[in-house]
Amino acid sequence: MAAPIDFKQTRVGLELKHTSPLIGCRFDPSGRYLFVSAQDDTLQRFDLLTGRKTAMLGHQSWVRGIAFSPTTAEAGPLHLSPPANGLGALALVAARPASSFTLVTGDYHGKLIWWDGAADTPAPVRTVLAHDGWCRAVAMSSDGKTVASCGNDHLVKLWSAADGKPVRTLEGHDSPVYNVAFHPTGSRLVSCDLKGVIKDWDLSTGKVVRELDAKVLHKYDTGFRADIGGARGMAFSADGATLACTGITNVSNAFAGIGNPIVVQFDWKDGKPKQLKPKEAYQGTGWGVALHPAGFTIAAGGAANGRIWFWVGDENVHKVDVPVNCHDMAVHPSGTALAIAGHNGTAIIYTMLAAATPAKK
Amino acid sequence: MDHCKYACGTAEHAVSRRSFLGAAAAGVTGVLGGFTAAASARDLAKAGKRVLTIFLSGGVSQLETWDPKPNTDTGGPFRAIPTSVPGIHISELLPHTAKQMTRMAIVRGVNTAEDEHGRGAVIMLTGRRTEPGIEYPHFGAVAAKLLGTGKAELPGHIQIHPGGGGSFNKQDAAFLGPRYASVVVGDGKPPADLFRPAGLTTEADRQREELRQKLNSRFAKSRRTAMTEAYAESYDQAAKVIARGDAFDVTKEDPKLADKYGRHDFGRHLLLARRLLEHGVTFVNVQHTNYDTHHENFDFHIEQLGEFDQPFAALLDDLADRGMLDSTLVVVMSEFGRTPRINHLYGRDHWSKAWSVALAGCGLKAGSVVGKTNANGTAVTDREVNGGHLFHTYLRAVGQDPTKNFYPNDRPVPIADPKASAITEILA
Repeated sequence: MAAPIDFKQTRVGLELKHTSPLIGCRFDPSGRYLFVSAQDDTLQRFDLLTGRKTAMLGHQSWVRGIAFSPTTAEAGPLHLSPPANGLGALALVAARPASSFTLVTGDYHGKLIWWDGAADTPAPVRTVLAHDGWCRAVAMSSDGKTVASCGNDHLVKLWSAADGKPVRTLEGHDSPVYNVAFHPTGSRLVSCDLKGVIKDWDLSTGKVVRELDAKVLHKYDTGFRADIGGARGMAFSADGATLACTGITNVSNAFAGIGNPIVVQFDWKDGKPKQLKPKEAYQGTGWGVALHPAGFTIAAGGAANGRIWFWVGDENVHKVDVPVNCHDMAVHPSGTALAIAGHNGTAIIYTMLAAATPAKK
Repeated sequence: MDHCKYACGTAEHAVSRRSFLGAAAAGVTGVLGGFTAAASARDLAKAGKRVLTIFLSGGVSQLETWDPKPNTDTGGPFRAIPTSVPGIHISELLPHTAKQMTRMAIVRGVNTAEDEHGRGAVIMLTGRRTEPGIEYPHFGAVAAKLLGTGKAELPGHIQIHPGGGGSFNKQDAAFLGPRYASVVVGDGKPPADLFRPAGLTTEADRQREELRQKLNSRFAKSRRTAMTEAYAESYDQAAKVIARGDAFDVTKEDPKLADKYGRHDFGRHLLLARRLLEHGVTFVNVQHTNYDTHHENFDFHIEQLGEFDQPFAALLDDLADRGMLDSTLVVVMSEFGRTPRINHLYGRDHWSKAWSVALAGCGLKAGSVVGKTNANGTAVTDREVNGGHLFHTYLRAVGQDPTKNFYPNDRPVPIADPKASAITEILA
């Protein structure tokens, strides 16, 4: 019987420590590993089955883009368990992939690196200079054949996942491209730039089909004469019916980060946006967003401290305070847990499983 | 208004003729004093030394500019790139500037020990810490006094601000008096009605002026005072500035050159600065804003330095091409640097303990670096200097003796802080 999820019981399951502030985090599709990136230019792989932490060396700048080849194996749920397993509070019941999986990461020197994510000590398999300036995000198509990357050179680029060869360059943005995501059907790709312009690309032609308006995520601060914006997190729902972006809006002081986190959620069919806001006043930036298969929306972000928000429909129905600014968020492929990347170097895994009810005597 | 590719527009702020005249008039016997039918501006410019400062307001990060520390806990995501001088590296955010290193000098051991914006700016502009009971003249006023020929048709001390209107900063000359105070040109634009309106013919303008002088003369015969004299003189001299109004008109520059400076505000402002220097202005400060990046320091430095880099390199090329670089001191400064520690907002905060200033041109040992910070930039480890040392150095570079005195009210006041001295390692 599938474990029941109750996001209102979201609680800390496990804290995974690193020595440098974290930038990004992603679970692999099997759910066994949590990969984090840090300001020391490393990736760190936490094996949730064994508790082993493995450094992945190869980048020489910060990594924000992390994407995986898909797996057919279904991820099992993360369950709380006694500390005897060595992980403290959380153990994993997960299907381990039968074979290795590919991990592609992108850094702020514009480089993409291919890794065998399940190797004992993953090492770079292939390095591609993808962008002039920062590569801000990486995505993998659902069939595992294509990698997409985007960056400060205003470009979106498609690569063969098999050999890293360039497939196509998508031109049209006029500001740095902050995020990119494949539609689950694989025929379309979206990219969002600094100014909150989302382009919907037809991958068969390389043409823009339409633009979606997330300009609420952007502001030119006339006081400081600088732009702030972009989709810091972007994700489709598993059925492809919804697209969500998160960032900062209502900025009154870009250089102090005075603004509010927001999620802009689009109905994929008609492209109409709706804004999801925290119920309570909160200053900060949204850095990660996910559309949970159970139908609710999750975002995480922060400023001095962090916060995780849960919406059902348009209503922010729950929040979880996090003791550190969350620079990224990822949901476990089983949907039973989520992780945040903390500025203090700690990745915190929160379980969303309903706590076991004591049996009645 | 054109901006760099990131920027998306700000309100235009024209300087009114009235405010400009007011500013000029406030100089009275000073700023515009000694007007003569001078030799050509170019000859005049070549005759002396002049100064251009570029003030990166808010506090530019030394780690993202002149003293990068890549792959350290404080280094941030950027790499260091080689410059045209072997062995000297600067941030990758300055690729055009890196090619100019053979014309530049970098001071990496600056410790001004003041993390507050206003007081930090005072240290950098006067070479002294704020003191009770006395205000010291800013570098621009000092330069205007020491380097000015006394024959200038234009103000000797001009500031180009990124926005706002024109004004007159009588405070920045302190005891040197309003003669050397700065005239502020908002958004680098000439006063909106500096030039004679098209509907007013030359003859009509002449007749109007004749009437004004007639009335003025009649008034002076019966009620002549020092004040009326000063007013008449200032009016005449402001009128002469207006006659040189083309000095403010960057549209008269070669469009290809303007392209090199960049078709955005800062590029236009730097081009105007060069034009004003060429027309005989002694000191121009160009303010570029803003670098006070407590939040998302790296994104904002990409944007701001992306706007700074190419125009700055174009400026040095242009000065060199015109034979002006050897007689023009260029200084890139801020009120302080930014913390090596990266805060929880990806920002850097105020930091004055170990930062950098860059210079180019006149009187310098080109391609030199002096001072050193430790591996992650948290402390100066070699040749620590403060604002006083820099002030001495600027003046020595333009051939002045900073150990001499000014004599306000017949009281000797050292031109530069006597507790400091010039950084001779970078002087030619």
